[in-house]
Amino acid sequence: MCTYITENIDVTGSGKGAEGWFALTEGTVYFDHPVHADAEHTLNIDLRNPGRGPGARVAVELTADAARALAEAILKTLDAVPADLLEPPAPARAA
Amino acid sequence: MSEATLTGAFTSGTVMISGHGGASIEAYTSQVADPAPRGGVVVIHHLPGYDDATKEIVRRFGHLGYNAVMPNLYWHDAPGAAPDDAAAAGRAKGGIPDDRLVGDVAGAAEYLRALPNSNGKVGVIGYCSGGRQSVLAACSLPLDAAVDCYGAFVTGDPSSVQGHPMRNITALYDKLPDLHCPLLGLFGADDHYPSPEHVEELEQLLAKYGKSFEPHSYEGAGHAFFMVERPAFRPEAAKDGWERIAAFFGKHLS
Repeated sequence: MCTYITENIDVTGSGKGAEGWFALTEGTVYFDHPVHADAEHTLNIDLRNPGRGPGARVAVELTADAARALAEAILKTLDAVPADLLEPPAPARAA
Repeated sequence: MSEATLTGAFTSGTVMISGHGGASIEAYTSQVADPAPRGGVVVIHHLPGYDDATKEIVRRFGHLGYNAVMPNLYWHDAPGAAPDDAAAAGRAKGGIPDDRLVGDVAGAAEYLRALPNSNGKVGVIGYCSGGRQSVLAACSLPLDAAVDCYGAFVTGDPSSVQGHPMRNITALYDKLPDLHCPLLGLFGADDHYPSPEHVEELEQLLAKYGKSFEPHSYEGAGHAFFMVERPAFRPEAAKDGWERIAAFFGKHLS
């Protein structure tokens, strides 16, 4: 079925699309029929910058197992990072 | 007939048509060369978009002798974008609003009726999410025949799928009394959305409302059994389904 299940998130970072690198502003995560992957349903992620047009998109279609492995790898990696590296940069102070 | 005579010819390509609210939207069409009057078919693509597989279905209707047109339902969200990028943009906005879908199908139907070899009759067919939208269109517009290929949430509860809330989608219980035309339904017996129980509920409701409904469920088939490039493809169900579609439109669009 076309599941309609969709999660939208705000994103800060960059991605590399068909025309090179660009700033990312939002992401969409959904589980539905893929465009290209050889599976009936996949976990699909679109990382986008609508301000640069609909083609400013980095897309992946992952099997459910691959998507879980990716999510776990992301969390495992972030958990291993020293906490002080995860804090946002301090604002510049006047001398 | 001379050896040089070409019969059964049709031309396929991309056109701009008038969609919801008078907006100009892209559409893919197949148009039969024979000037003899014939019916038309509006093809509704599935949620992943205006793709090659559904364009092949449009051409199949040309081969069957119908004029056909498939509006790009995501054109409003991202005009001119690649179809997969447009589908992603539409998805991020919450999908295709029902009123916009009805407006786009109305425009596509008018496009078909205006063709010089139209007999004035227009049917609609949709796959997956388009199956539900085909029923929605047939309940909202003066069409002559409708086909629902495994559309989820014509009946059933879209408020949760495996505990997850579904956004921007409602079942069509309040629309079904307004079904304007005969409906053919093609389903997989192994499908969960719609399940055999959902199909049975639809059959009971349409019988109660005095509507013409021909449901067929295929054993050994699940969702999307018409999709030749997907693992769900089931040749026997798809072949029989196409024969039923041809007979159904042959009866109601001639």
